[in-house]
Amino acid sequence: MSGILNSSIGRKFAMALSALFLMFFILQHFAINILSVISPDAFNEASHFMGTFWAVQYLLQPVLIIGVIFHFVMGFVLEIKNNKARQVSYAKNNGGANSSWMSRNMIWSGGFILVFLVIHFLDFWIPEINTKYIQGDMSGLLADGEGYRYFEELQHKFVPIWRVALYCIGFVFLSLHLLHGFNSAFQSIGANNKYTKGLKGFSKIYAIGIPLGFIFIALFHHFNH
Amino acid sequence: MNLTLKIWRQKNANDKGKMVDYKVNDISPDMSFLEMLDVLNEQLINKDEEPVAFDHDCREGICGMCSLYINGEAHGPDRGITTCQLHMRMFKDGDTIYIEPFRAKAFPVVKDLIVDRSSFDRIQHAGGFISVNTSGNTIDANAIPVNKHDADKAFEAATCIGCGACVATCKNSSAMLFVGAKVSQFALLPQGQIEATDRVLNMVKQMDEEGFGNCTNTGACEVECPKGISLENIARMNTEYLKASLKG
Ligand code: HEM
Ligand code: SF4
Ligand code: FES
Repeated sequence: MSGILNSSIGRKFAMALSALFLMFFILQHFAINILSVISPDAFNEASHFMGTFWAVQYLLQPVLIIGVIFHFVMGFVLEIKNNKARQVSYAKNNGGANSSWMSRNMIWSGGFILVFLVIHFLDFWIPEINTKYIQGDMSGLLADGEGYRYFEELQHKFVPIWRVALYCIGFVFLSLHLLHGFNSAFQSIGANNKYTKGLKGFSKIYAIGIPLGFIFIALFHHFNH
Repeated sequence: MNLTLKIWRQKNANDKGKMVDYKVNDISPDMSFLEMLDVLNEQLINKDEEPVAFDHDCREGICGMCSLYINGEAHGPDRGITTCQLHMRMFKDGDTIYIEPFRAKAFPVVKDLIVDRSSFDRIQHAGGFISVNTSGNTIDANAIPVNKHDADKAFEAATCIGCGACVATCKNSSAMLFVGAKVSQFALLPQGQIEATDRVLNMVKQMDEEGFGNCTNTGACEVECPKGISLENIARMNTEYLKASLKG
């Protein structure tokens, strides 16, 4: 087991595990966000629970942050190593003849996701941490005390069209990343078997459906506030 | 057919090298790609110029010696073939054809289009074998029953000719299709079990030391492989590697 991260396959394996974890997280994130369209009250309840339950805040949240950081740092490490493995490039290379654009540009789609994540953290995570742990207001209530603040804050965020546009672009890159990444993660952990074909169909639904769902939520709040 | 060729010329391993243009005329569409290069070399020799050095041996798609990155693809535009099996009918009169060596840090250029693929040999030496007694009391391989499915999969993996097209094609210069095939062909058979743990650990270690890249699962190798070696073999190697790491 020693030094598994020092081997090519070990690194790929760790990359895939972090990616699978992130894909699971995003599914859960989506499930809560879609509540904001269906029922603001349910969305408020779920947000308050996630934002104050100790196991989520002190256990899952750090795991998630470490997971994201591990994933993109390892992404950059692999990219650098892979570029080193070919020092003279081809005068003519026809990559499109044998592989998808998405698979050859994971570092670009991932890079844009990283930019999006920074914006997303500044938009939601930092204010949330500020309210709860710096101001010390764990109530989750609006300033006037009339009900929860989460839904109002969400609606407010999606008023400026530039932010909606930025989020939409971010999700397009997520979709491109996952169109290759979803199946790739299973291949990396060594799962290539009779289920692979079925999984490929499901991966398309996930990789297009989930980002599209997030885009729908952003647009919904932009036009309904 | 009349063609313009853009060929990588490099005097030796230390030379910088560059692309040089050549013209060849009256090429028959029925020629193989290597025969077309023979025509070019005859021209060059007649003009007292240095012929283009390229690898080849069997010229029937079984030895894996011929290499070449042709118009941006390993072994050129056709599928399931080596360069010696590529025919000029895949090109049109007046075409410009780029001809480059297989490129990877682990495949250094020796001269012109010839690269040194002995890194593959060293990976094989690290574990691509089974130890059997061959001193007169060899056991008949058929004495050990193998189920048909596994036998077929092992045979498919064993058809890898070690040409290196997978590495040349891979955007990361990864050798995982080759090593995956070599690990799989034994991992699937009872004869391969005894050394299974050491085999995969040692072969992957050697692969990494040679400076090949990491697999991103683009699948380009599988498409360009002359023998149709499947990505399944990489997945199998990954599983074997994980099992072995947990044990060792
Ligand atoms: C934070 C910015 C991100 C960067 C810089 C990034 C970068 C990368 C890179 C470079 C790869 C390819 C690694 C390789 O060559 O094997 C990759 C794979 C992957 N990424 Fe990301 N990524 C990011 C975010 C995400 C997110 C948010 C998700 C999921 C929701 C995700 C899911 C995946 C998946 C599923 C794979 C395939 C794993 C595999 O091949 O084993 N990534 N990422
Ligand atoms: S896996 Fe295919 S492309 Fe790679 S060395 Fe073997 S035969 Fe050549
Ligand atoms: S020369 Fe032997 S495979 Fe082409």
